[in-house]
Amino acid sequence: MAKKMTPTQKSEAKWGLLFVAPTIIGLVLLNIYPIVNTIWQSFCKTGDFGKGNKFVGLLNYQNALANTETWQSLWNTIKYALIEVPFGVVIALLLAVLLNKKIAGRSIYRTIFFLPMVCAPAAVAMVWKWLYNTQFGLLNNIFHSKVAWISDPKIAWISIGVIGVWSIIGYNMVLFIGGLQEIPGDYYEAADIDGASGVRQFFSITVPLLSPTTFFIVQTRIIGALTIFDLMFMVMDKTNVALPKVQSIVYLFYDYAFTKGNKGYGATLVVILLVFILLLTWILQTAEKKLVYHN
Amino acid sequence: MESAIAKARMRKTVTHIILIIVSFIMLVPFAWMILTALKTTQESISVNPFFIFPHNGWHWENFATVWKSYNFLVLYKNTLLMIFFRVVCAVLTATMAGYAFGRLNFPFKKVLFMLVLIQMMVPGQIFIIPQYLMVSKMGMLNTTFGLVFPGLVTAFGTYLLKTGYEGLPKDLEEAAMIDGCNVGQRFLHIMMPLTRSSMVSLGIFTAVFAFKDLMWPMIVCTNANTTTLSAGLAKMQGQYGSEYPTMMAAATLAVLPMVIIYVIFQKQFVEGIATSGGKL
Repeated sequence: MAKKMTPTQKSEAKWGLLFVAPTIIGLVLLNIYPIVNTIWQSFCKTGDFGKGNKFVGLLNYQNALANTETWQSLWNTIKYALIEVPFGVVIALLLAVLLNKKIAGRSIYRTIFFLPMVCAPAAVAMVWKWLYNTQFGLLNNIFHSKVAWISDPKIAWISIGVIGVWSIIGYNMVLFIGGLQEIPGDYYEAADIDGASGVRQFFSITVPLLSPTTFFIVQTRIIGALTIFDLMFMVMDKTNVALPKVQSIVYLFYDYAFTKGNKGYGATLVVILLVFILLLTWILQTAEKKLVYHN
Repeated sequence: MESAIAKARMRKTVTHIILIIVSFIMLVPFAWMILTALKTTQESISVNPFFIFPHNGWHWENFATVWKSYNFLVLYKNTLLMIFFRVVCAVLTATMAGYAFGRLNFPFKKVLFMLVLIQMMVPGQIFIIPQYLMVSKMGMLNTTFGLVFPGLVTAFGTYLLKTGYEGLPKDLEEAAMIDGCNVGQRFLHIMMPLTRSSMVSLGIFTAVFAFKDLMWPMIVCTNANTTTLSAGLAKMQGQYGSEYPTMMAAATLAVLPMVIIYVIFQKQFVEGIATSGGKL
């Protein structure tokens, strides 16, 4: 192949390889090698002080899969996603439809809704933890209640989910507005002439034509929600009795790999997460063909 | 006709009421953060009577206290340096690679682009243990280099810039080719300036992402003098979690710079983060 190249093609090939070189070297070093290395470590027992990895085969996997803590944290992660994704998407869609019309103060509303996106989750979580405080928190003061928002195992996962929804609706909304603006206005004009109501137009025009955007948001948010860490780490103290019923799989990974120094077991947990996410991505891609409206 | 106008007006009013309620919910946590930051500890935990506003003076000095006692200047400096180098590295490498993948033909192009796609498909946590071990072996824990390390190159940015370059018209480059420009000149003088908006988007996205990241700085910069705002907050909460005004003053100081920049450049921010396509 190289022999048949003209001088121009040859020079183009040289420039091309030169231009991708930094990125490719970086990706191999920082991402591809780490994937292989993490998988390798998941078959190893971490020695003292992180030294002397010893190959132990499937032992970490046997331990992880036999441990109810692993399954509980996977379930916790799914429960979090079950709050963040549907509520985050539906509320964002409604807001996007409202803001897509000519309305006074449109950009002010958008600025406010998007605000959590530029705030560090660490700070956001600290504020919400304070709002949720059982004795002195704003929520219990307003409602004259004594709810243990983040330390009652039955409701703590919902409270964390609420922070997740609050944080993400502005972002989802902006993506929805982008999708809405691509729907041609004539569809709605024609529907107006036919006398279709606003609600009817929403379900017959907006929902199907917006489905590629919706699918994209749902898919990326599912993956995002399954790797939730910051909010839980900041809101849930180590001593919180609700922690086992709330901690996500990434939280568990961080705890084992970096607090307890058991990198091998941590690697195992993250490989389990990888398999789970790849499987889900595959399922979603298959579903995409059936669920999304293509012109 | 009149009823139609009344109906439209009614609809507008309802829309505004909904939007105002949601705005209120979005703003309450911020308002409570600032109001708490201005109270004394006693006031902040006073339930009966319960005060929304500080009732014996607004304690602005809480900010000065927290600024000094937690060395916020150092946290700002560390965060800023990390953001600066990550943005420069990301934009530089992604612009070059994006141009090559989008406009040039070279051997192994498809295979090499697969590496970009693989990086984007897997959860980021899978890189962390080996990345940490590398930084640790290089003796670069608790340094700015350690903070920047995972962001030296960007798969997402490469993908974004590739899409940007693919969208440019072909004849521009062909004209330059006839004029005898080589690939490097074509890239530098003609193509790169045309993707400025993609570069700005990537820069903003990279900056916000780096600013928000918590796990990586917590792992590589355990020292309070070398860490970032996010990880610094985690440390503070562990030590002084029940001094609520102090904690809220710290949270305010941590989010304020980014919020101010966002309000000024909100259009670019919203576009920059929205094009990121969920890699957050």
